[in-house]
Amino acid sequence: MRLIRRILYFFRQRHQAAELAEEMEFHRQLLEQESGDRYAATRSMGATTLAREDARAVWLPLRFENIFQDLRVGLRMLRRSPGFSILAILCLTLGIGANAAVFSWIEGILFRPYPLVTHQEQLLAVTGTARGESGPTGVSWPDLLDLQKSSTLIDSFIVSKIMGTTLSNGDRAEVTTGSIVSANYFDAIGVHPILGRAFEPGEDVGRNAHPVTVISYQLWQRRFKSDPQIIGKTQRLNGVVHTIVGVAPQGFYGTFVGWAMHFWVPASMEETFESGGYKLEDRGARWIESFVRLKPGVTLEQAQQELSAVAQRLENDFPATDRGHGIKLWPLWQTPFNNARTLLPTLEIMLVVVVFVLLIACANVGNLLLVRSFARRHEMTVRLAIGAGRSRLLQQLLTEGLILAAVGAVGGLLVAHWCRHALVLLFPARGGVTMHLPGEIDWRVLALSAAVCLLSTLLLGLVPAMLSGKLDVAGALKAESAGVVGGRGTAWFRSGLVVMQVSLSFVLLVGAGLLLQSLQRIRTTSPGFSTREVLETYVNLVSAGYDAPRAQTFQDALLERVQSLPGVESAAFGRMPPLSYGSYSSCPIAVDGYQSPPEEQPTVEYNEIGPRYFATMGIPLLSGREFTRADDENAALVAIVNETMASHYWPAKNPIGDRFQVKGRWLQVVAIAKDSKYESVRETPKPFFYVPLRQNFALSPDLFVRTRLSPETMATTLAREVHTLDADLALYEVISLQEQLDRSTSAQLVAVTLVGVLGGLALLLCAIGLYGVMSYSVSQSSRELGLRMALGAESSDLLRHVMSRGLTLTGTGVLLGVAVALALTRLLGHLLYKVSPRDPLVFGSAFLVMSLAALAACFLPAWRATRTDPARILRD
Amino acid sequence: MGNDLLPGTLDMLILSSLTRGPRHGYGIAQHLKKISEDVLDVGESSLYPALQRLLLNGWVTAEWGASENNRRARYYKLTAIGRKQLAAENREFGRMILAIQKVMSCA
Repeated sequence: MRLIRRILYFFRQRHQAAELAEEMEFHRQLLEQESGDRYAATRSMGATTLAREDARAVWLPLRFENIFQDLRVGLRMLRRSPGFSILAILCLTLGIGANAAVFSWIEGILFRPYPLVTHQEQLLAVTGTARGESGPTGVSWPDLLDLQKSSTLIDSFIVSKIMGTTLSNGDRAEVTTGSIVSANYFDAIGVHPILGRAFEPGEDVGRNAHPVTVISYQLWQRRFKSDPQIIGKTQRLNGVVHTIVGVAPQGFYGTFVGWAMHFWVPASMEETFESGGYKLEDRGARWIESFVRLKPGVTLEQAQQELSAVAQRLENDFPATDRGHGIKLWPLWQTPFNNARTLLPTLEIMLVVVVFVLLIACANVGNLLLVRSFARRHEMTVRLAIGAGRSRLLQQLLTEGLILAAVGAVGGLLVAHWCRHALVLLFPARGGVTMHLPGEIDWRVLALSAAVCLLSTLLLGLVPAMLSGKLDVAGALKAESAGVVGGRGTAWFRSGLVVMQVSLSFVLLVGAGLLLQSLQRIRTTSPGFSTREVLETYVNLVSAGYDAPRAQTFQDALLERVQSLPGVESAAFGRMPPLSYGSYSSCPIAVDGYQSPPEEQPTVEYNEIGPRYFATMGIPLLSGREFTRADDENAALVAIVNETMASHYWPAKNPIGDRFQVKGRWLQVVAIAKDSKYESVRETPKPFFYVPLRQNFALSPDLFVRTRLSPETMATTLAREVHTLDADLALYEVISLQEQLDRSTSAQLVAVTLVGVLGGLALLLCAIGLYGVMSYSVSQSSRELGLRMALGAESSDLLRHVMSRGLTLTGTGVLLGVAVALALTRLLGHLLYKVSPRDPLVFGSAFLVMSLAALAACFLPAWRATRTDPARILRD
Repeated sequence: MGNDLLPGTLDMLILSSLTRGPRHGYGIAQHLKKISEDVLDVGESSLYPALQRLLLNGWVTAEWGASENNRRARYYKLTAIGRKQLAAENREFGRMILAIQKVMSCA
């Protein structure tokens, strides 16, 4: 009942207030009549206004009305000074927007990376480990089945290995990414096809036994024009006809961070899509990328313990293949086999960076509010004098802060929404396929952004509130016209804010500088092969249905044609390009006369290459000869080792002529090649060897062409040559190895770009803050400046006087910033390459940039100081 | 002054002043003053918030009517639950006075 009366009152409050006023006026008149003294009547009534307020307050204990009133007043204040409001809201939009965008990326890439997949918090990534190797390895299919059988804490094992195929689109080859999955895949992740069915149990068993596929919604729309009768139709994938059994729901992109999956095949079809033959029965072939879903309530540690015990047993049961191999679980955000791992360090740093930007933005807005609160000091004092409680004023100021922060938050979320797909823009497309790295704005991101918004509100509202707490009512009312504004305390406070801004910006500048220098070092470090003069491309013979003899004939013919093209110095085939996403084959080796330490299983990576590979790539041979056409199936098996492998396994002698054993076959070393970079520019030299393509046939190797012609020119020529040989074949993109190198360092580029952009933003905000403080202090000390001038100071003296004050603030901020930067830049460790986190050059440059910005920000106010007219000032 | 009364007492006094029929605000103040022989001089800063409280609780209703000198005045009238409340407060007040007297007589 009370509530209903309250609500009724609320809607009639204007009327009610009028009634109350009339009633009280009636009361006053009767009193006046009674005593005959107007003033006595008024006196005996007490404070009418207060009484009226109290009477109304009875109805509104929740201070509804106060809040609405504060909102109204706040909005009116913002409208009255649009310049201030726009600047403040812009600062907050940028600050909150940067935060929300990074939150949404972290949510969409690290924590909830797989749209539509249920209960992602129960998912963990699984990899193998190998003693003596730092990185994770794959898991073999038989091992996985054994783990699955023996585990009691794990609900399901989910295999999902990325691979690709070519779906030709006219005469252009289009790479389409897909996954090799276990039969339980769709059921285990809780995704149900909208048409047809998911895979059935047993479809992942048997060599090439189940050529069926589930296709993505986009593929269904784009390629099959949303054909409702699609189920049962066929599609050739890597040369094998597959029956389409299902269509995945819209918005499902598979379970791989970075690329959208467009089709799924059961593991039984592994051989069709993976190089290296049929691996489902090979315990030594570690190729699987997988996830587990934990049973409810099970922790990572418990599951890890159980799986480690099983892995231990497998080591004992199968020493030949499993010795030294273990199993490791990873939280989803640390998944090592997709782009989550690449982006994790960048996103971690971004989190720190955006908090800095937010603090700088809040300091700016706080400073603006502070200036304005001087202007409103009169209003505040009057309100205090007529009986407003300090808490009431605080509420008003907080409400104003909340309005600013809320508008900023809405703007910020818009910014985040627009930036959802911005990360992808920083990554180059590969083979015409763009990456898929969407930010996810869900309730958790919204909640975090709201928290950020509230935090900024508190920061913003409390600054002027602290000031109003110091208001001296009587003094202020008396001294209203004297113009002595801003006590020592608040000037100190504002300077403190600026010092904080300078130091935070300085830290960001140092961070951006370090990353930039590191990227430069990475991109200018010689990878050990020519980058600008070598082009690389690929013709997918597998998806065109070629068999080995036909492929060999095609490769020979193509190579001959390409080598005789004008402008081509040489050309060669190699199974894998350096610095690509795919991994080289690796295998255990045994070397004549080399005793491996116990427990170490010497495993070395290798590449399959054709004749003239080293000449084409520009990798020098230290001694020995290249592979030739004569190193074919019928000749003795040979290999070329790199420097590191030579010095590690043949420490005391020249290995040329010696043998080592791979998969039971003996290879003779015919040359030593100089070390180069294989998988990452940042890797340290590692053992590596090469074998002739002819003796280890791969159906679809990459073609490398040494030429001074541009990739575009070459692409046209090469496409023509390929078409002449087989009109049905399509050529992949033609890129230089430099491009390949640049792509391999795109994570660093992303980090540099993001930190650079935000660092620049921080610098701008900071310069605005410094400018604001200096302008204000100049306008407030015009009396002092005028006096100095009257006493004979030159304008250059005044300029120096003001500038030195601004630069002192900057200097203090930089000093503080150096201390913070020295402590924080260690966080960049993972991303830095050949750059010390304390690089003096970077610190020096950051100092220089900061000083220039500070000079620019202080100059205008200082110049204005020199224009002070002493006569006018002293007269006033 | 109403401020010096025990908390809640003013509400009870107002309710009791309405038992003989509706009164307007000024009338209530006059009534209390007269009955208490000028001890209780209720100012509007306590009277009107108190009346709003009673309205909110539904113990009184307010209606505009003509005053003795034919002017528009707002008359407050006791409701049924207001009457019940008054009785309850009266009992409670009696107990309280008794308790206070006991304590004071021991001093």
